[in-house]
Amino acid sequence: MSTLQSLDVVARSATTVPTPQIRAAVPGVAKLIDESKCIGCKACQVACMSWNDLSEDIGANVGVLDNPAQLTPSSWTVMKFYEVQPQEGSLEWLIRKDGCFHCEDPGCLKACPAPGAIVQYASGIVDFISENCIGCGYCVKGCPFDIPRISQKDSKAYKCNLCSDRVNVGLQPACVATCPTGAISFGTKDDMVTYGEQRAGELRERGFQHAGLYNPQGVGGTHVMYVLKHADQPELVGLPANPTISPMVEVWKGIAKPLAVVGMIGAVAAGFFHYMKVGPVEDKAENEDVKVGPVEGKAEKEDA
Amino acid sequence: MDQKLLPRYKDGERMSHWVIALTFVLAALSGLALFHPSLFFLTTPFGGGQWSRFLHPFLGILMALGFLVLFVKLWRDNRITPADREWRKHAGRMLRGDKAGMPPAGKYNYAQKVVFWVMVWSLLALLVTGILLWRPWVAPLLPIDVLRAAVLVHAVAAVLLIAMTIMHVYAVIWVKGTARAMTRGTVTESWAKRNHPLWYEEQTKGR
Repeated sequence: MSTLQSLDVVARSATTVPTPQIRAAVPGVAKLIDESKCIGCKACQVACMSWNDLSEDIGANVGVLDNPAQLTPSSWTVMKFYEVQPQEGSLEWLIRKDGCFHCEDPGCLKACPAPGAIVQYASGIVDFISENCIGCGYCVKGCPFDIPRISQKDSKAYKCNLCSDRVNVGLQPACVATCPTGAISFGTKDDMVTYGEQRAGELRERGFQHAGLYNPQGVGGTHVMYVLKHADQPELVGLPANPTISPMVEVWKGIAKPLAVVGMIGAVAAGFFHYMKVGPVEDKAENEDVKVGPVEGKAEKEDA
Repeated sequence: MDQKLLPRYKDGERMSHWVIALTFVLAALSGLALFHPSLFFLTTPFGGGQWSRFLHPFLGILMALGFLVLFVKLWRDNRITPADREWRKHAGRMLRGDKAGMPPAGKYNYAQKVVFWVMVWSLLALLVTGILLWRPWVAPLLPIDVLRAAVLVHAVAAVLLIAMTIMHVYAVIWVKGTARAMTRGTVTESWAKRNHPLWYEEQTKGR
């Protein structure tokens, strides 16, 4: 039971043939996190662990509310708290629910070497199929957001799967269902973009001049988006302004692969044909019983 | 066919060469398996993807240790000399099968020396980046961009090393009588005279 429905897989890691394409017009889904409505209660963290049957070892207090301090193999979402000064003299306490963004162009999937260890559903959800994961850590290098975490227990990568098991049977993700303030909404990607823009507009009217939707186009847009109060400075809440898959990963997983394979096969083929054309360098004294024609003369004739 | 034999490699050199050869094949296969999806099937003889990923660094370390032994023994003979430049100018003729016009080579000719040094540097790059990428011990301690650069350098160096090895193996198939230098430790005098005349003179001087 690796995937719930293979007809809904649109991309599969380390796979060179097309996935089933027959099913058309599956709407993309998205989760929208409204920073201005979040009260930092961490109910989403609890719901995530509850639904996914995960528990964290008791850790150490790092002096702030963030607990655990960052994402871990068993904490797929973590509330991050930021005390910031967006402008000189203003102090704001911003809260962001961190977790996988479910990129339209997922760097983890591009980097993964294990066939079917990472899949992207038609809904846009990017899911790790743990039984196929080999624990190499390439997804960590591919991700522009530092999301995947590899377990010390089983050397497998884990992250938020947007509750693909719930979404595939028509339910909301657990964090959405549990949020007490309605800061997290879930629906089709189009609806969430419209709603997010509308919320950003309301915030702008209320004085947050730079409020906006965080749906970064450098990774083709994301299926987890934020309404940010300061969308002009996403770095305030630890978000990259223009996330893209690293050019080093693009070269490594792009042009380098076919070039290297063609180069290596080419080297073998070149050797084969060189031998067939030129023949061996051999010691005539060791082959006196074999009559060999004048090799030098032959070479000269063909060169001319 | 009563050929006199010349010793070319001592047992230590030959055994470290074959340690490198065996670990190279295994490290290359397990590495290529994770490099291109069409080669993932190569994980099967290692026991699957997890096992390939786990074994690969140990195979690489063994190869590097084997090479270190060979490097210490052979690097002096592989220093590029002014005479090699002359050989390089004629390399095209050698490739066309016209061996007669080649300037005389010592223990190693220019092409062999180039293969040696490219192997040295690519192996060093593989060793350093491979250690950086080693999970779960080293990689988690490093910044992500260091790992991204390491993984790219590792792939490029690996392809270089594989290409050099293809050339190296082909040269042995091409130049008859070469293989026994590593399988038996000796070569025939006529092989030495023909392919490495300066080395031949050196070895037979004072007879």
